[in-house]
Amino acid sequence: MSESLRYPSFRKMLHWSLWLLFNALALYLVVALYAQRQIAFALLGLVVTGIASYVFISRRTYAHRYIYPSLAGMLTFVIFPLLYTVGIGFTNYSGTNLLSFEQAQRYLLGQTYVAGDRYPFSLHDSEDGPRLRIDLGAQGVLVSPPLEGEPVQGEPLGLQPESEVSLGEPLPLRDVIKRRAELERWVLRSPEGELLRLYGLREMAEARPQYRLLGNGDLLDNRSGERLVANHEIGFYVDAEGHKVAPGFTVYTGLSNFARVLADPDIRQNFLQIFAWTVAFAGLTVLFTLVVGLTLASLLQWELVRGKPFYRLMLILPYAVPAFISILVFKGLFNQNFGEINLLLNGLFGIRPDWFSDPTLARCMILIVNTWLGYPYILLLCMGLLQAIPRDLYEASALDGAGPLDNLLRITLPLLIKPLAPLLIASFAFNFNNFVLITLLTRGGPDIIGATTPAGTTDLLVSYTYRIAFQDSGQNFALAAAIATLIFILVGAMAWLNLKLTKVKV
Amino acid sequence: MAMVQPKSVKYRLWLTHLGLLAAIAVILFPLLMVVSISFREGNFATGSLFPDSPTLEHWSLALGIPYTQADGQVVNPPFPVLTWLWNSVKIAVISSALILLLSTTSAYAFARLHFTGKGTILKGMLIFQMFPPVLSLVAIYALFDQLGKHIGWLGVNSHGAVIVASLGGMALHIWTIKGYFESIDRSLEEAAIVDGATTWQAFFHILLPMSVPILAVVFILAFITTITEYPMASVLLMDVDKLTLSVGAQQYLYDQNYLWGDFAAAAVLSGLPITLVFLYCQKWIVGGLTAGGVKG
Repeated sequence: MSESLRYPSFRKMLHWSLWLLFNALALYLVVALYAQRQIAFALLGLVVTGIASYVFISRRTYAHRYIYPSLAGMLTFVIFPLLYTVGIGFTNYSGTNLLSFEQAQRYLLGQTYVAGDRYPFSLHDSEDGPRLRIDLGAQGVLVSPPLEGEPVQGEPLGLQPESEVSLGEPLPLRDVIKRRAELERWVLRSPEGELLRLYGLREMAEARPQYRLLGNGDLLDNRSGERLVANHEIGFYVDAEGHKVAPGFTVYTGLSNFARVLADPDIRQNFLQIFAWTVAFAGLTVLFTLVVGLTLASLLQWELVRGKPFYRLMLILPYAVPAFISILVFKGLFNQNFGEINLLLNGLFGIRPDWFSDPTLARCMILIVNTWLGYPYILLLCMGLLQAIPRDLYEASALDGAGPLDNLLRITLPLLIKPLAPLLIASFAFNFNNFVLITLLTRGGPDIIGATTPAGTTDLLVSYTYRIAFQDSGQNFALAAAIATLIFILVGAMAWLNLKLTKVKV
Repeated sequence: MAMVQPKSVKYRLWLTHLGLLAAIAVILFPLLMVVSISFREGNFATGSLFPDSPTLEHWSLALGIPYTQADGQVVNPPFPVLTWLWNSVKIAVISSALILLLSTTSAYAFARLHFTGKGTILKGMLIFQMFPPVLSLVAIYALFDQLGKHIGWLGVNSHGAVIVASLGGMALHIWTIKGYFESIDRSLEEAAIVDGATTWQAFFHILLPMSVPILAVVFILAFITTITEYPMASVLLMDVDKLTLSVGAQQYLYDQNYLWGDFAAAAVLSGLPITLVFLYCQKWIVGGLTAGGVKG
């Protein structure tokens, strides 16, 4: 009796303690994120772990326990990034405006300038790490704590009398030169409260904080007496003449990024050109792969053809080779100087096309490569679907004296198009966002001449977005996010259309 | 056999064979070429399909063994291909196992249990799956940057991040497994539940053993998807030793450092196993594709 009672209670205790442990960890993460002012991430953590905590404890949500882990994965790595990206589109988040307002302010308040007295120093190795020995004149000779790890912004290190620590011989100047960049990061505080920094290779100098925070939130430059005002419209501190002081901070800018994409003539022209090419690329890819795939499938479908397993295996090879390898293989084969394709063309016709520097040829190359990569998918689909068409339809048409073309246009296509349509839309949507192909093959190049953002003639909208965010020197995350938001709308429309056409049964 | 045959059938049959063989020749050209190039001397050599003086130089480098040229000069491998392959396989196996585990349990609930919001969640998952992760890379990077400050193995430049990030893409696998579960008669499980089994026991001891084939297919599909994944790995990984194959391979073909021969050997070495696995499993994979998979 007591045994049978103890067993479930032990399991229950384990259950509860695991639940409590999970909640404690989750709470720690959420509070830590909140404390660092990462509100969006703290909120994500709260929602994901909060629902988890409820789902695994409530009796009513027993079924949800099965689906919640995958749902949480989707929530964290698909839906949250999506919303976060849309959010970034309404800010000025970029390479120059990375920090939050508080971080930017703290950074400026931590800035110092060299002024006042200079004191000679020497560098010594001690048991705990390198130390500086500074001769402060009237204040005596003092020694720094070991300078290891990362200095903390705004927290200078105190000094101690020389007699308290045993120092070795001073290190030669070449060691100081070697460690100069590292030493320059540290700020020390003398007994009188002066802040000391490295000044040259032999001296420390008094460093004064460059800015002082005023009551109304403005910063006063201690050196020039100038007043800096935070401009929350542009995300910078500006001086009296309106000059920006780096670093900038992230602010909400409303629809300005979207306005830039749609109204700035430069960006709008690039955007529209890339959009047109993206649609053409996706549409032509679907068309070409459909033509090639359907033709081959019809040939393979003929019952008199022997050796079908061999043909089939050979024809789906491009699908079996990992795309990132075959794309790079094509990149090499199309190389203008040593590529095998140009060698062949040169031998046969005496021409050497510039596949990578001529926009039209580059686009042709991309379509050729993508047709090679994509037709096996259509082939496989068509082979399955063709089998479902009743044979006697073709027999009846043969009796009426119809040719193969009539068969294709009057029987095969009309019967095929309905089940194929949602798959073709999915293929269109996939190629609309075929980032890997463009990035590995041409990197978007050749570039559009005179473009202000990094835009190429073969760029798709996705690779254009990626380049604005990660390749451009400006790292304009916000503009990229605004364009991404526009693409989200297009993809959402395609997904919805697809769902309507397939009439998914749940 | 059709009863009605046009007269010229023999002639047309030959033409069909010829057409198919021509298509195969075009399709195989790049693949055969790259095998041939991997045996050629140097990185700029040109020549016929069968190299005049075959060399194992590139293969040796791809396998990480320094190669001594005829003139005594030692060439060191330019990139750690085997490390990349190992990274890729490690990430893909762990991701696929996790994806399989989580999508199987989800699919079970969707196929067998009744709960509120089932239809909405299923459709929602399908729609959100169509949004390409490339577009939210900034957000994904920021997310892992934050996570890394609190949980070290999940930070940027760690394999943990790439593995966990792949857990966002489970919707199609859930649909595939759900479809299979629904094709299995549920009377056996119901009988077990009547006899006092919990739903979990019915799922684990009855349904799961009957579903091994579809689980294998989903594992392989997930494996291929993760091993060929490029955008997220390219942003989340930085150190040369941590790269996956899909991110590392392109470094062979930079204009300033064009290693065509070395690339060919590395490509064949790393692409061949994946290709063979795919071809071996194609029968099962093709069935799952029509369920809504998208590649190409």
